[in-house]
Amino acid sequence: MAELQFREALRQAIDEEMARDENVFIMGEEVSEYNGAYKVTEGLLETYGFKRVIDTPIAELGFAGIGVGAAMNGLRPIIEFMTFNFAVLAADQIINHASKVKYMLGGQVSVPIVFRGPNASAGQLGATHSVAYESMYAHFPGIKVIHPSEPGDAKGLLKSAIRDNDTVLFMESEQMYGLKGEVNEDPEYLIPIGKAAVKREGSDVTLVTHGKIYHTVVKAAAELAKEGIEAEIVDLRTVKPLDMDTVIASVKKTHRCVVVDEAHPFAGTAAEVGYLLQRDAFDDLDAPVVRVTLPDVSAPFSKPLFDAWFPSVKDVVDGAKHVLYKS
Amino acid sequence: MTKEAIFTPVGKAAEELAAPKKSGKKGASLYEKAVDLPEPTTATPAKLGLKKGQLLEMFESMVLQRRFEERAMQMYQKGKFGGFLHLYIGQEAVSTGTTAALKDDDDIITAYRDHGWGLVRGVSARQGMAELFGKATGCSKGKGGSMHFANVEKHFWGGYGIVGGHIPLGGGLAFANKYKGLDRVTTCFMGDGAVDQGALHETMNMAQLWKLPIMFIVENNGYAMGTATRRHSTGELWERALGYGMKHRVVNGMDVLSVYEAMKEMAADVRKDSMPWFVEIRTYRYRGHSMSDPQKYRDKEEMEEFQSLDPIERLKTVLLDKKMATQKAIDVIYEKVEEEVMDAVEFADNSPFPEDSALYEDMYSEPNPVFHR
Repeated sequence: MAELQFREALRQAIDEEMARDENVFIMGEEVSEYNGAYKVTEGLLETYGFKRVIDTPIAELGFAGIGVGAAMNGLRPIIEFMTFNFAVLAADQIINHASKVKYMLGGQVSVPIVFRGPNASAGQLGATHSVAYESMYAHFPGIKVIHPSEPGDAKGLLKSAIRDNDTVLFMESEQMYGLKGEVNEDPEYLIPIGKAAVKREGSDVTLVTHGKIYHTVVKAAAELAKEGIEAEIVDLRTVKPLDMDTVIASVKKTHRCVVVDEAHPFAGTAAEVGYLLQRDAFDDLDAPVVRVTLPDVSAPFSKPLFDAWFPSVKDVVDGAKHVLYKS
Repeated sequence: MTKEAIFTPVGKAAEELAAPKKSGKKGASLYEKAVDLPEPTTATPAKLGLKKGQLLEMFESMVLQRRFEERAMQMYQKGKFGGFLHLYIGQEAVSTGTTAALKDDDDIITAYRDHGWGLVRGVSARQGMAELFGKATGCSKGKGGSMHFANVEKHFWGGYGIVGGHIPLGGGLAFANKYKGLDRVTTCFMGDGAVDQGALHETMNMAQLWKLPIMFIVENNGYAMGTATRRHSTGELWERALGYGMKHRVVNGMDVLSVYEAMKEMAADVRKDSMPWFVEIRTYRYRGHSMSDPQKYRDKEEMEEFQSLDPIERLKTVLLDKKMATQKAIDVIYEKVEEEVMDAVEFADNSPFPEDSALYEDMYSEPNPVFHR
């Protein structure tokens, strides 16, 4: 084990997989000479050269699609988006092509590709740089969506994503790249896609979360503990496939659940987890499931407005108290 | 404010719009011609290195593509299958001349007008017709239908339904070939409507920048659905190459020998230099965009003019003139093809639909994938 930054854990995963399989390459804006917009790919050019660490023009639709075609023809591309907000320009390639080609050609091809980059808000970046896209992509069959919260998970899951034979979206956060954590340095250490992790044990309430806002939830759990409320934190890690077994096992213990999701409320991950809990764990619930999400409003710039927009520790604490009928 | 009309074409299209139509017929299409065909090649088959056997194969292939679609249209009208049906009829010289010129492991990818492309790249008439019928025996197991014929084993990567969406995929096929050092040329076909899509331009830029071994080939059949080329795209289509400094060529797509000659030369050049081409092959589709097209945007005279240049008739004339085939031999080919197509219809009709379990197959590569329920 080593203590690494999130970006270092990602780099280690990419480096190990590129060393292991020469069909793996990385392509995106500023990944090569610039060493990565967020320094995830720092040093890779030196090791692997321009052939496998490729700077692209600012043409998301084009380079995402070139990745899909290359994957169909035997390579294993890692396509870096500077942010998933820009990947919207490539949505046709992700949604209409990467996820569907195999099915519509009756299984004649596979698309082993990873699209990765930061997702969701990163402070005062305005409305078009602050969107959480994981639920939107999770909606589509044929796409796996990973959104880890800690460096150790990030490495093990990114390696699994690169080795997966289908389309995987791997989401990070600008605000987590410097975050440090324990990382397993065994090059064969993989975390299976689609498995949640119980990150804190507790018997009073289950807090389900994923991605960067996990860290808000950790703080909220500490606050709740001061008041004698022991929260169990389930970090989904993978949004799709969604590991409801782990969520339900926790709810069977706590009987109460708050879903904390750094996305807008409509048809998001929180909505989905809530629906599945009422369908599959109705009798285990002692209170209706509560969700803590962004409001149905675009990201504002102004600091006070931004703070009002982004779910806070207090919002999570209030949510937990609400399901405990202590508010 | 002037009363000048807005959103009307400029340049050549505007001149034609203003000029009286030769036929003077009311309701006639806006332009003199859907496409201006360049002169066909003057090279003889012998000079092109084409032997009698190859020419007869090309002829039979074109007849097969034509009869296959004529019968498919009938079956569609009889209600044997639903969905979209975009016919290639009139454009067969393009698919046929191309595959004859390419090596078997050169890659082909195209848009949704793809039946001809499947048939020239190893999709049998049976597999093709069964795919149209949505049967398990179809080339894509009945999961793709008319728009998604494919034979990946034979380097035909399929037909795609989002206009322009497959162009970056073509770029990726070429990228992988170059990455792996394979001596393969990728030919990425598209309709004239796709020329207006950003996907083409992003891919052309990267292809030129990265020296990808690919040809972007427009089958300009005069219309993007019902909008004439000159009304949807400014200037000449081939001029798009100029902005990227890309090699380019305009080809007569109603003459299979012209297509063959051009593709042979360009493919050799791509293999030599690994630099892309942008090619405009001018052709004409006889049928509507799809089966629901009343074709009010063009007139009968235009259709008749292009039908008089029919690529199958043209090759037949060459075969007869050069005494490479007798009329009797031609008749035998027609009979053989007719039999093959009727057998395909029967095969498709008698084939089973996919099992219900097939619904969940081919979504993922792993044997037991998780489906959200």
